[in-house]
Amino acid sequence: MLRFAVRRTIATAITLVTISAVTFFLFFALPSDPALLACGKVCPPELLALVRRNLGLDQPVMAQFVAWLAGIFAGRDYPGLGYCPAPCLGYSFVNRAPVFETIMDRLPVTLSLTIGAAVIFLTFGVATGILAALRQGRPLDKVASVASLVGASVQIYFVGTLALYFLVYQGKLLPSPSYVPLTENPLGWATGLLLPWVVLAIIFTANYTRMTRSTMVENLSEDYVRTARAKGMPARTVILRFALRGTLIPIVTIFGVDLGTLIGGAIITETTFGLQGIGRLSVRAVTYSDLPTLMATVLVAAGAIVVMNAVVDALYAVIDPRVRLT
Amino acid sequence: MFLHVNDLTVDFATEDGVVHAVDELSFEVERGSTLGVVGESGSGKSVTSLAVLGLHDPRTSTISGSVLFEGKELLGAPRTAMERLRGDRIAMIFQDPLTSLSPYHTVGAQIAEVYRRHRGTSRSAAWERAIQMLDRVGIPQPKARAEDYPHQFSGGMRQRATIAMALVCDPGLLIADEPTTALDVTVQAQILDLLRELQEQSGTAIILITHDLGVVATAAHDVLVMYAGRAVERGTVREVLHEPRHPYTWGLLGSMPTLRRPVTEELRPVRGAPPSLLNVPKGCPFHPRCDFVELPGPRVCTGERPELSPPRGHGDACYLTMKQKREVAP
Repeated sequence: MLRFAVRRTIATAITLVTISAVTFFLFFALPSDPALLACGKVCPPELLALVRRNLGLDQPVMAQFVAWLAGIFAGRDYPGLGYCPAPCLGYSFVNRAPVFETIMDRLPVTLSLTIGAAVIFLTFGVATGILAALRQGRPLDKVASVASLVGASVQIYFVGTLALYFLVYQGKLLPSPSYVPLTENPLGWATGLLLPWVVLAIIFTANYTRMTRSTMVENLSEDYVRTARAKGMPARTVILRFALRGTLIPIVTIFGVDLGTLIGGAIITETTFGLQGIGRLSVRAVTYSDLPTLMATVLVAAGAIVVMNAVVDALYAVIDPRVRLT
Repeated sequence: MFLHVNDLTVDFATEDGVVHAVDELSFEVERGSTLGVVGESGSGKSVTSLAVLGLHDPRTSTISGSVLFEGKELLGAPRTAMERLRGDRIAMIFQDPLTSLSPYHTVGAQIAEVYRRHRGTSRSAAWERAIQMLDRVGIPQPKARAEDYPHQFSGGMRQRATIAMALVCDPGLLIADEPTTALDVTVQAQILDLLRELQEQSGTAIILITHDLGVVATAAHDVLVMYAGRAVERGTVREVLHEPRHPYTWGLLGSMPTLRRPVTEELRPVRGAPPSLLNVPKGCPFHPRCDFVELPGPRVCTGERPELSPPRGHGDACYLTMKQKREVAP
């Protein structure tokens, strides 16, 4: 277990540095000049040179990358702006703020959106999947499979916009989606995010229903499930303790990937419902050639995926005793 | 009578039509005795045992007839009553001990949960019982091994564990479906010895399903030979193996190599293949593969289906007269 943790931590660090480097160097291959964008509309050459020096853009690209990397651990001094304490992900001239602060401001929005939606799609997806598997070929199964197909095919900006129109603006059944910190007002947090949660969950639930159903059908015909029935275990126990256990591996696998991806930013959902999360931040960073912010969002997205993958691998060993962690 | 199966018929509805897996099968098992059920794959052996336990999916199968166990009718009994019976009064062990044990739970837990389920004891008492059972089936260091998962056991040990699991509640009837088929020959003998030993201790009746006549010869008291979902011969082991009456039984015995037979003598396998259960031949189901189909007279074997006769004792379902059988028997 310790060996696994050490190995995965090292691998995670290497992955993140590599991804940062690729992003960094690709950014400088772009034709836009960040100094020009930071400088403002009227930009005399002397000011441009100053901005360039303050941003460190006069240094070689490699040196800039090393300075950025060092800033994460040691903090960094920006002439004319002041000191950016560790972990310093750089200073954004577009947002006029240290990037770390912006990320810390946006991350709770994305996390709230992700976790709320995940609870809904995991619960409903797995539950309908189990029921469909138990009622193979019967009406409930057919309804579930059609609903899954529809759910998987619709787009968030379509369902989301319709839901906004009918439930919020016309029906006035729900408040307009907004983010209120959980610590400030738990009820406001939940009601403000309810619609985005449900809409995001619709898309994902389908996946879990189909996955759970097909694996459950397979598992129900496993020999050990038959043994469990042959030894008189009640139907509920047979399903939940035996058949579902083998279904957990594929569910955990896709759940890890989905969670990682969503933490990296649910761009369309955030845009549809006007939520200021990581997803929208990254889009803005690209649009304004805001390198420090872009780097930070890439790092969050990559970090989420890498960490979730390690968690999933660790969970395999918890679910299936035959799996050895190395 | 302890277990009395009468006219058991099991049909499965499939896309290709109705599969007649078991057709009007009747047999009896006495307390403390072992009935060996033999036949080729697809002769309905396993389907019969699953029907006794009520493990067929009622949505895809139709079952009729009667299964009387300790005086109670099991066919059509409520689901919860069957759940309480299974694992307690009637237990089952399967062919492949690796796949029939859950890979996700320890061996001890899988045994203990049966005891706890049927006896309602505390967790610790059930765990103690599981260790005691592992000891009884000859697993060394049972206390430590109870904490292991099935994949940490060898094949023979796993089958011992499934036997411990099946016998944890002292069932009156144990159905063993090919319990030694997946095991090494040396381990097979150990498992059969173990079953016999446990039977002597507890008086459990055993239905031993196998395609191996050698297993029947060493482990069973009575034999039921099945073909295409029907009983074609029934009797004690001595009767059926030493004075076989049905041409199919002759075929089974002729296709089995023995050490006593000279190596120069060729095996005589039954020609052809078992019939499709979607379309069982009319009359005697064995007639397309039988060498003596003309002997009873024209169109006799292809007409009505022969019944087991005599109805008690050593009986077979064939139109050949005893005299004819004596003349043509190998």
